[in-house]
Amino acid sequence: MHPTASQTDIVEPVTIDASSGRVENGIHLEVGDPEIFERDDPTRELVFDLERVQILYSGVAAVTDVNLDIASREVTAFIGPSGCGKTTVLRSLNRMHDTTPGAVVEGKILYHGEDLYGPKVDAAEVRRRIGMVFQKPNPFPKSIYDNVAYGPKINGRKRGDLDDLVEQALTRAALWDEVKDKLKRSALALSGGQQQRLCIARAIAVEPDVILMDEPCSALDPIATARIEDLMIELKREFTIVIVTHNMQQASRVADRTAFFTAELNESGKRMGLLVEYDTTNKIFTQPSDPRTEGYITGRFG
Amino acid sequence: MTAPTSLLTPRRGTTGRHVRNRVATVGIWLALFIVLVPLVAVIGSVIVKGASSLSGNFLTQDINKITNGQKLADAFAKVAGKQSTQDGIKPAIVGTLLITGFATLMAVPLGILGGVYLNEYGGKNHFARVLRFLTEVMTGVPSIVMGLFIFSIVVVKTGFSLGWNVSGFAGSLALGCLMLPVVIRATEEMLKLVPNELREASYALGARKSKTIVSVVLPAAAAGIVSGALLAVARAAGETAPLVFVIGITRTTNTNIFSGGNVALSTEIFRNALSYGSYAAARNRAWGEALVLIVIALTFTLLARLVTAMFTRRRAA
Ligand SMILES: Nc1ncnc2c1ncn2[C@@H]1O[C@H](COP(=O)(O)OP(=O)(O)OP(=O)(O)O)[C@@H](O)[C@H]1O
Ligand SMILES: [Mg+2]
Repeated sequence: MHPTASQTDIVEPVTIDASSGRVENGIHLEVGDPEIFERDDPTRELVFDLERVQILYSGVAAVTDVNLDIASREVTAFIGPSGCGKTTVLRSLNRMHDTTPGAVVEGKILYHGEDLYGPKVDAAEVRRRIGMVFQKPNPFPKSIYDNVAYGPKINGRKRGDLDDLVEQALTRAALWDEVKDKLKRSALALSGGQQQRLCIARAIAVEPDVILMDEPCSALDPIATARIEDLMIELKREFTIVIVTHNMQQASRVADRTAFFTAELNESGKRMGLLVEYDTTNKIFTQPSDPRTEGYITGRFG
Repeated sequence: MTAPTSLLTPRRGTTGRHVRNRVATVGIWLALFIVLVPLVAVIGSVIVKGASSLSGNFLTQDINKITNGQKLADAFAKVAGKQSTQDGIKPAIVGTLLITGFATLMAVPLGILGGVYLNEYGGKNHFARVLRFLTEVMTGVPSIVMGLFIFSIVVVKTGFSLGWNVSGFAGSLALGCLMLPVVIRATEEMLKLVPNELREASYALGARKSKTIVSVVLPAAAAGIVSGALLAVARAAGETAPLVFVIGITRTTNTNIFSGGNVALSTEIFRNALSYGSYAAARNRAWGEALVLIVIALTFTLLARLVTAMFTRRRAA
C-alpha cells in the first residue's frame, strides 16, 4: 500500500518555489529525492513555532529539546512510542500545563509570532483559540445541547444564536443526525464514539483557530474512526489541527506533516522524550532520514 | 487419562463447603435480626406511644403550664384528665424549624465554600492543611461543648461575651457550628470524586477557574453535596445539648429568633422527660414530641435520598 494514496484526494495548494522550481507540499513529490523535502518553506504561514522546548514534571524533564513549527491549515501528526511525551508537548500548545501542579514549560513557543507564555498572555483566551479534544471522551454530565452550548455561552454568545450554533457544530462533527431528537438528553447516555464526536463538536463550537486532538480515535471502531478522519480533512479548510495518534495509517491518511518522538535514556539514566524527526508525512513514511524513525515505522508496518 | 466426572457428583471437600454455606447463611440472617431489634423497638415505641398524644390541638396549641409551671404539682392536679388536650407543642415545632433553618442558612453556604476552597484552591498548601485539621477537630467536639462555647461567648453578660442573652439565634449558632465541619467534609469528599477530565474540558474551552467550578464542578457534585448537607440538617434538628442552655424557654410561639427565649422539640422532650414517672401528661407529651421530631428528621433524610435519586436519574437519562 502506498501510504499517501488517500492524500491525492485532498486538494492541496501546490507551491512552486520560484528560485529553484521545486514542487512542494505533498502529492507531486517523488520518493527518493531528498532535496525536495526542504523543511523551511517560506510560504508556509506558521501558527506555532517551538524552539528548544523542554517540559518538566516536578523538576524532572519528560521531554526535551523540541524544535518544530506548525503551519496554518495543515494537519500535523505526533507519533511515537507510549510515554515519549506526545501528550506532554500537545498540552504545552494551549497552556494546559498551567492547570497541572508541578508542570513547567521551558523554552520558547511562539503562536502567530507571539510568545504563548508571555507575562501578559491570558491563558483562558489562549485556550479559547486553541481548542483541545482529549484522549478519553469527557463530556460534561449535562445534556447534549448544554455540552455544545457551554463554550459559546462562557465566551459571551447570546442565547438567541445558540440553537443554530449547536446544530452547526453537531452537523460538522457528523453527529447531528444521531442526536437531533434527543438534544435534552444526558450526554453520558451516548456511546463512546458518539461522546468523542460530541467533544469535537464542543471544541469547534467556540470557533477556535487550532484544534489539538489527543488520540481522538483510540476508543473508536473503524467506522467512527473513518468519520473522524473525514472530519479532520474537512476541518482542515478552516482550522489548524494537531493530532496525536498511535495509528500509522491514520497519520499517513490525514496528516500533512508528521513528527516522530521517542524516549531514550540520557547520560544520567533517566528516560527522556525527544523529537527525532519532523517532516512531511510523505517523507517520514517513505524516506525517513533517521534510522529510529525507520525502525519504528517499519516495525509497525511489517 | 481420567474419565470426566459428572457435574452431579460432588468433588472432594465440597460437602464441608455446603455446611459452611448453610452456617454462614443462618449467621447472616441472625445478625440482620439482631440489628433490626433495636431499630424496630425504637421506631415502634415512639410511634405507638407518641401517636396517642397527637390528638386534638397538640400540634397547634401553645405550651400549657402543666409541664413548666412553677407550681407544677398543683397545676397538674387541677387540669389532670380534662384539659390535657389544651396542651400543645406548636412553639417547639416552630422553634425547631426556625433554629435549624437559620443554622442551615449559615452553615451550608459557608461549608460549601470551605469545601470548595479546600479541594479546588487549597489542595496541599499549609493553610488548607491547617483548615482541614481544624475541621476534623471541630467534627469531634461534643455537642454540649459547642453549646457551652456559644453560651460563654454569645449569651452570658460577663467576660469576653457579646451578652445577647438567650435567644433562638444563639441556638442556631451552636447548631451551625456543629453542622459546618460536616458540610465542609462532605463537600470536599464529593468534589474529590469529580474527575479532573471535566475540569480540563472546561478549561480547554476557555473557561476560567471560577466559571469552571460554578458551572461544571459544583453541578457534577451537587447530588452528593446536597444530600450530605441535608443529612447534617437532619442530625442537627434533633440536637438537644447545644440548645438546652442557650435558647431559654417560651410557652408561646416566638417567631423572632433574635430576641426572647425560644423552645425546640428536643429541649421540650428533655424537660418533659425529666419529670418522667411523676406526671403522665408530661410523659405523653415527650413521646408525642419525639414522634414529631422523628418525622421532621426523617423528612430531611428522605429529601436527601430524593435529591440523590433525582440527580442520578437525570444523569442516566
Ligand atoms: N502529570 C504528570 N506528572 C508527572 N509525570 C507525567 C505526567 N504526565 C506525564 N508524565 C510523564 O511524562 C512522560 C511523557 O508522558 P506523555 O503522557 O506525554 O506520553 P505520551 O507520549 O502521550 O504517551 P501515550 O502514547 O501513552 O499517551 C511519561 O514518562 C509520563 O510518565
Ligand atoms: Mg498520550
